[in-house]
Amino acid sequence: MPVANIQVSETPLVLYTLRRADDALILGHRLSEWCGHAPMLEEDMALSNIALDLIGQARELYTYAAKVEGKDNDEDKFAYLRDVRQYRNLLLVEQPNGDFAQTLVRQFFYSAFADLYWRAMMTSRDATLAAIAAKSEKESAYHLRHASEWIIRLGDGTEESHARAQGAIDHLWSFTSEMFAVDDGERTLIDVGIAIDPATLRDRWLTTLANVASEATLSLPQNNWMQQGGRAGRHSEHLGHLLSELQSMQRTFPGLTW
Amino acid sequence: MYTQALNTAEADDRGLEDAAKAAQFQARIDAEERIEPNDWMPAAYRKTLTRQISQHAHSEIVGMLPEGNWITRAPTLRRKAALLAKVQDECGHGLYLYAAAETLGSSREELVDAMLAGKAKYSSIFNYPTLTWADIGTIGWLVDGAAIMNQIPLCRCSYGPYARAMIRVCKEESFHQRQGYEIMLTLCRGSDEQKAMAQDALNRWWWPVLMMFGPPDAASQHSDTSTRWKIKRFSNDELRQKFVDATVPQAQYLGLTIPDPAMTQDADGHWRYSEIDWTEFKQVLAGNGPCNRDRIAARRKAHDDGAWVREAAASYAAKRQHRQTAQAAE
Repeated sequence: MPVANIQVSETPLVLYTLRRADDALILGHRLSEWCGHAPMLEEDMALSNIALDLIGQARELYTYAAKVEGKDNDEDKFAYLRDVRQYRNLLLVEQPNGDFAQTLVRQFFYSAFADLYWRAMMTSRDATLAAIAAKSEKESAYHLRHASEWIIRLGDGTEESHARAQGAIDHLWSFTSEMFAVDDGERTLIDVGIAIDPATLRDRWLTTLANVASEATLSLPQNNWMQQGGRAGRHSEHLGHLLSELQSMQRTFPGLTW
Repeated sequence: MYTQALNTAEADDRGLEDAAKAAQFQARIDAEERIEPNDWMPAAYRKTLTRQISQHAHSEIVGMLPEGNWITRAPTLRRKAALLAKVQDECGHGLYLYAAAETLGSSREELVDAMLAGKAKYSSIFNYPTLTWADIGTIGWLVDGAAIMNQIPLCRCSYGPYARAMIRVCKEESFHQRQGYEIMLTLCRGSDEQKAMAQDALNRWWWPVLMMFGPPDAASQHSDTSTRWKIKRFSNDELRQKFVDATVPQAQYLGLTIPDPAMTQDADGHWRYSEIDWTEFKQVLAGNGPCNRDRIAARRKAHDDGAWVREAAASYAAKRQHRQTAQAAE
């Protein structure tokens, strides 16, 4: 009898890998919502491309998490048979697409981090994570370039685009500090060189943001109040709706092969 | 703009379209030469191709919607990635085809505006809804299969940019078709519920897919000149028959039943299908298909909601150019 939700043995390495996989899947899913509806065909292509990269990253990470866990789980069980509270992604990536500015600011905040993160992870003592990092870093560098160029165009475009971009920055800012937080389990992985300490990336991340914002004539908020909880499964209300769509086939027809 | 560098329709068609040029043009066509953007061509040839290529481009773009409807609900991550990549390919085809149409002197914006205003057509098939996952398999298998049947001869179309676009498009469509068939195969080897889902999708899509080849030869408006100009190499009915003959064994292999109980195989091996309901086809073309309004509304919404983004990009580009000019002057 198929189960409603799978059980996951969240050892530090399984949990660490799942968190990154969830980031990639949820953001990839969000971007895929644009396909067919973007402001220009070139962006239908670009956003789909980025979504495909992210879904690809998620699949590699889920598959690795399944291998490390060594149970009956696989990429699809992780994606389709965990409920909101079992998902470990950043709050930032589950935020709705909103308008094009909101999507691109979300992407910019994430990609500016992911670019640094994957580059640093290439030196991980875990050979699989290092290999995934090497591929993901190349992709993230392109994602960051794409997002940065749009932030500049929107910020320094028209009055309306400037206002929308600034509004998106102000709105999404409070979801950014989660990227740099570490819990005890992750600390053990950092200590043995499997994971890197994301706090060490924060200054460079801020520099990237400040440089692009400056060229875009946009400003970064001074407000430092930050939302937290995604890594522990305490999400915004948006994720449940996303999952109900993403998982609808597996929930309606449990246990079948597609 | 690229197209302004080319000989335009107005310049060619008003004084110069004499019998000698037309004869020379036809001789080139008969010799299987490719006509290129800067070559002289009759106004009607230009008009026919602009209509056909832009309709083809619109079909690719509107065609993203029924399949896009399942990207967020694909049942596995592999299927999700494959479907997203497929719909992205269709978008690429659209872009490629708009570029081919632009070589004839119309801009992408003009062509898209005509579609959004309901003045330009796109393939009738995309006005049907995708209700279950099996529809995604069926579209790949049958809709892309029918498109390939139509498009393979277009790889030899007399107009060079269109023919070259078709070579690339056909390669990708053929991959999509195999992918769709593989979805169907998985369903047909699955549970009773999955098999029923596959059969139901075939039942709904079969007749609309046959209509994709256009009206029967006796009623087709455009075929004669298109054939003479080697834009069209086979008639609608010929292509439809080829498609049916190729598809029946595929359905048999899947264990699915074509929803045409009167269908029989003749002595030459051709599968003879029943009369197509051309009233339905005309209704769908007239805007009364199940999804015509939704499709146009979705494309208009994307266009309207994106207006401020396109304006921002244009404004930024202008500012940047202004700054560069100012810098160069210093």
